[in-house]
Amino acid sequence: MKATAWMGRDSVKVVDVPEPKIMSPRDAIVKISTTAICGSDLHLYHGYLPAMRKGDILGHEFLGEVVEVGPEVGNLKVGDRVVVPFPIACGRCRSCRQGLFSVCENSNPNAGFAEKLLGHSPAGVFGYSHLTGGYAGGQAEYARVPFADVGPLKVPDDVPDDQAVLLADVFPTGYMGAEMCDIQPGDVVAVWGAGPVGLLAAASARLLGADRVIVIDRYPYRLRLAEQHAGAEVLNYEQVDVLDALNELTAGRGPDACIDAVGLESHHDNPALYAYDRTKQAVRVETERPFALRQAILACRSGGVVSVVGAYGGFVDKFPMGALMNRSLIMRTGQCHVQRYTRPLLERIRRGEIDPSFVISHRLPLKDAPKGYKIFQKKQDDCTKVVLKV
Amino acid sequence: MDRVDGVVLPELDGARPNTGLSRSLGLLSLALGVGALVAPDVLARWTGLDDSPQARAALPAIGLRELAPAAGLLRARHPGWWTGSRVAGDAMDLTLLGRALADRCGERRRRVAVTTAVIAGITVVDVIATLRATRARKARERLIRMTVAVTVNTPASEAYRFWRDVENLPRFMTHLAAVRATDLRRSHWIARGPAGRRIEWDAEIVDDQPNRSIAWRSLPGTRVPNAGRVRFVPLPADRGTEVRVQLGYAPPAGGLGRAVAKLFGEEPEQQVRDDLRRFKQVLETGDVVRSDGSPDGISVRQQLHQRPAQPLPTGPRR
Ligand SMILES: NC(=O)c1ccc[n+]([C@@H]2O[C@H](COP(=O)([O-])OP(=O)(O)OC[C@H]3O[C@@H](n4cnc5c(N)ncnc54)[C@H](O)[C@@H]3O)[C@@H](O)[C@H]2O)c1
Ligand SMILES: [Zn+2]
Ligand SMILES: [Zn+2]
Repeated sequence: MKATAWMGRDSVKVVDVPEPKIMSPRDAIVKISTTAICGSDLHLYHGYLPAMRKGDILGHEFLGEVVEVGPEVGNLKVGDRVVVPFPIACGRCRSCRQGLFSVCENSNPNAGFAEKLLGHSPAGVFGYSHLTGGYAGGQAEYARVPFADVGPLKVPDDVPDDQAVLLADVFPTGYMGAEMCDIQPGDVVAVWGAGPVGLLAAASARLLGADRVIVIDRYPYRLRLAEQHAGAEVLNYEQVDVLDALNELTAGRGPDACIDAVGLESHHDNPALYAYDRTKQAVRVETERPFALRQAILACRSGGVVSVVGAYGGFVDKFPMGALMNRSLIMRTGQCHVQRYTRPLLERIRRGEIDPSFVISHRLPLKDAPKGYKIFQKKQDDCTKVVLKV
Repeated sequence: MDRVDGVVLPELDGARPNTGLSRSLGLLSLALGVGALVAPDVLARWTGLDDSPQARAALPAIGLRELAPAAGLLRARHPGWWTGSRVAGDAMDLTLLGRALADRCGERRRRVAVTTAVIAGITVVDVIATLRATRARKARERLIRMTVAVTVNTPASEAYRFWRDVENLPRFMTHLAAVRATDLRRSHWIARGPAGRRIEWDAEIVDDQPNRSIAWRSLPGTRVPNAGRVRFVPLPADRGTEVRVQLGYAPPAGGLGRAVAKLFGEEPEQQVRDDLRRFKQVLETGDVVRSDGSPDGISVRQQLHQRPAQPLPTGPRR
């Protein structure tokens, strides 16, 4: 079959690999029809997350048809159209029972390795390095889905592929980012990053009752989407001082909640500061460039919530712990516990409360995956999200 | 107190078993020593040395010499050292007897010859005991002990039941090829060695407390003596069960020892931790968790030599 493989820094290739097979009784094989490229894939593409091997198949957002089920998968049958959550979760460990699917205690076969870096191991994830299991990803014709009796969600016919595929990751992730803000009537929520995750966090904050939503980025075309689809006020950090502007917009209070939807490759408009962290990251003195995170903490009103859904991998330098501590801030974070959100968000889509597919800008055939990575990386051609059709 | 902790698992607890042989030698030393001290005349007559005043004078000294190893061997401290000192004493006695034999004749010569033969025999036993004790000491020095634990989201009874069926062990202990229960307590274990070499032994359950703990050890005569104990400690408020494992094994020297060492890798404790992770996976999810990069499941040892995250190349599926 054809699959998108990581070949090294800034390089992916569509290669021929064997088709996956059932390895455990709770597995299913899915024939993929729609799969997406995520901002997280860019971190891998740029080589910022450790433990990638040449030839690893990428992709953790996919939808398709069940073509084979293991003997213990009672809830699915061949022919079902399913969307598959990106965290692999057993559904039976204590974390899964508590709904913390992205920290499933069983699904990472490389847990010992992850523990060395992270203290304890998170769940396995499709196509997301050997640190989270070494699972082949879904930017391919087929994928093996472990614990298929727990993760995949059957998609009703009235929900199109392009809406449903976003339930694999970015919509639940944005929604969780907003949910962690514990939004109260009258709240102002600021979101750093107008990528698919940030845009859907902003839209979700609206769904959850935020009074005002402010989105910060530097790409006008992305900020326009925030205005149009999330009713957001926008700030271009290349044109204004973000902290001043937020204080101005909130008459000195600061936003009640701040969402980091940027992650470890954040950009800074001050070339000297940007170069400082960029260099440290390049020589691996720090693994992250946390401008947006630092700013979100400083901006947040005292006693407010900093919700971090942008991805981090290792250690952060110059972390404003003093602000966090002295101003009683609450920080919440996590890889999204997607399994918890797929059903309720599917219902919101069906009820017409939201159409998350506004984030999709490009639809390309699987064979053009390398082009998809390039334009998404360079934000060319007003690219927000690339969906690959198999 | 937990009754399990009173169970004697010498390999685990580090106690030094007193072998029957070194104990017998201790008793022999005691008998000879006391005999030579309190009744040197009788001893001299039996051994055919009653005609030599020097020999009779030397006997109490020899008796005194015997008392030290007697005490040492009976107290079971450093048996190898004490049987070694007995060998030295034996050599001294044999030298003396050799001289005595040369200048005697008739009945006395016969008695000296018998004594020499007996002492020579005892020397052989002393040498064997010394070698054995040294081997045991070396094995003890090589003894590898570890304690590892994992928390499972099942009641203690379920975790206990799974472990008590020893034939389940190879499902999560990767170095085992098979375990066959021969009866309720005994079982035959086959470990996968490097280069297809198998290591087999018999084991028995020495303590079994349903839903609480199981202790087992290899039977005597095993080339790789080993023992283990697992305790199932229920957690409050429905938080599952702590599974606490103690393991010990004494790899022999030489080729087999190297094979065993390879089997357990450079970090034996890490391997047992992986075993427990798999135990948790099998218990909670029904199977070992596999990925394309780690098709056989968890193994820190293989982590550095992972295959890329691609399906295994075994031909088309359909
Ligand atoms: N927590 C999770 O479960 C989860 C799931 C999916 C993605 N993520 C992470 O979310 C992040 C965003 O993903 P995405 O798909 O939207 O990626 P993306 O690359 O499309 O979006 C990132 C956006 O952040 C903007 N940005 C960069 N520096 C900034 C700064 N200093 N201030 C404000 N904006 C800045 C960029 O211009 C870009 O528009 C990534 O880190 C990704 O790994 C996390
Ligand atoms: Zn993603
Ligand atoms: Zn789990």
